[in-house]
Amino acid sequence: MTDMTVSLPPQARWWQSRVVRRFTGNWLALLGLAMITLLTLACIFGPSLLPYDSLYVDLRARFAPPLSGQHYLGTDPLGRDIAARLLMAGRISLMVGFFAMLLATLLGTVVGVIAGYSGGWVNSVLMRTVDGFLSFPTIFLLLALAVALQPTPVMITIIIALTGWMEVARIVEAEVRSLKEREFVMAGRMLGLGRAHIMFREILPNAMGPIIVAATLTVARAILLEAYVSFLGFGIQPPLPSWGNMLNGAQQYLGTAPWLAIIPGVAITIAVTSFNFIGDGLRDALDVRKDTL
Amino acid sequence: MAAFLLRRLLQSIVLLVIVSIIGFTVLNLIPGGPLAQYALDPGMTEADRLRIAAQMGLDRPLYVQYLEWASRMVQGDWGTSYRDGNPVTTVIARHVPATLLLMGSSTVIAVAVGTWIGIRGATHRNSASDYVATVGAMIALSIPTFWFGLIGIYVFSLRLGWLPSGNMYTIGDGSVLNVLHHLIMPSVVLALVHIAIWSRFMRSATLDAISQEFVKTARAKGVPERRVVMKHVVGNALLPMISLAGVQVPSLLTGALVTETVFSWPGMGRLFLDSLSYSDYPVVMGLLMFSAILTIVANFIADVAVALVDPRIRLA
Repeated sequence: MTDMTVSLPPQARWWQSRVVRRFTGNWLALLGLAMITLLTLACIFGPSLLPYDSLYVDLRARFAPPLSGQHYLGTDPLGRDIAARLLMAGRISLMVGFFAMLLATLLGTVVGVIAGYSGGWVNSVLMRTVDGFLSFPTIFLLLALAVALQPTPVMITIIIALTGWMEVARIVEAEVRSLKEREFVMAGRMLGLGRAHIMFREILPNAMGPIIVAATLTVARAILLEAYVSFLGFGIQPPLPSWGNMLNGAQQYLGTAPWLAIIPGVAITIAVTSFNFIGDGLRDALDVRKDTL
Repeated sequence: MAAFLLRRLLQSIVLLVIVSIIGFTVLNLIPGGPLAQYALDPGMTEADRLRIAAQMGLDRPLYVQYLEWASRMVQGDWGTSYRDGNPVTTVIARHVPATLLLMGSSTVIAVAVGTWIGIRGATHRNSASDYVATVGAMIALSIPTFWFGLIGIYVFSLRLGWLPSGNMYTIGDGSVLNVLHHLIMPSVVLALVHIAIWSRFMRSATLDAISQEFVKTARAKGVPERRVVMKHVVGNALLPMISLAGVQVPSLLTGALVTETVFSWPGMGRLFLDSLSYSDYPVVMGLLMFSAILTIVANFIADVAVALVDPRIRLA
């Protein structure tokens, strides 16, 4: 008989370096990583380097176009500096996106692991619930919840997570269902490991690839959704800026001050594109099957 | 086929029940629940509210309320709008055609353009145009639909003056041409994301089909390459696309809501937002349920259509 002690295979290191090599070979993924790093750094350090505060109202300087004086990106209808607002908004939007992803991934992973490992009626109940949530157009559910609950940044994050965990659950469920028949899981059962230990300590680490990819794409989705609800006026509430609510009301000034609409949209698109590029690069690098978008 | 239909129908009904439970939960999350409208009415005392709640049966256990609510929904009684006192079903029915027109024209654009890009990408794999299409699709998926709409209005309405900036028709002119003129920009804006989705799926479905044995056989027989692609490859690649059309309904509805808002298009999405602003919860609930039902029905139709075309599915 061979030795039964469980140890990490020595290939782990080699596998890791292959992933890194493949990821860094994908210049779009690197571009995404560079763009999001720059954007995050700008949002963290930028506001203190700019001459104006994001909440400072100056009615004499209303509707200044970009590159006028110290207002590098112009001013809004209240004369507030758009560059300062854009970076402060970025803090909110990126944080909402990041924490919504954490929550959604956590919820989706737990549901997916339990459903996939348990099978039977537990699987049916959980996965039909996933189908049920997926039957609603996200924005309808999101808006109804945003009106029902107080639209603070924390609540918006929770609501976005509540409408965005289903894809992760589906991916994890399928992955766990195929993994649970493998030898190492049977070995774990024979060793008398508990169910929770097998589910989360033995199976879950092997399903990390698809989860990481799904999580990256979930950040992109969450940033977009925050922009949607805030644009419609039911998300992050002023005076707190977010990329979405900076666009709320921009439509009526489209003829006279188009930069109000153009600038925040470019920021959203850059952030979301970056996460989509990174997610796509990770999918190729981690060898995750491409049937989920 | 009968067994397949029955099984699929049963699944849809189970899904409807689950969806209704989620919907009912959301309704009860609203502060004040179904009586939220009166929560801040100074003409009402707390005692009045409690009495009305008792009269309307809102003091009973939640599951009893749910069963009653669900049975009324099944009988077609979806409540009345707070705003104008009309039945919710009537209010929704008035707004459905505009949304269906928008979704329909968008889908036609998305399928036509997306399928073409997808097939071209697969047959000219790794060419420059394939690469541009792939990267373009990822960027298209990242652009907020409403922002794309705003840019469209800025360029085509305000700068160039080619297309109207909103509404479904010019007041006093309800001709088909006028409606079509108003339809162009919203449907293209709504289509963008779906062109990206369709082209990516079509590309991978075409690649799957190209590697099949029957394609090799057809080529070996000496069938011209163009005919191989058009008949053998595309025919098989389009099969999974039928299911995709069903799956896309919720995302189309999400896009329709923001597109309708930007272009003042008088559809369900616009109605949903207006009803939220007026706290017209019966209509909000009605639309939430209606959109989910629309999704479930669309998926059912898509699955049946696939089964009709592909015997492998219904016999499995």
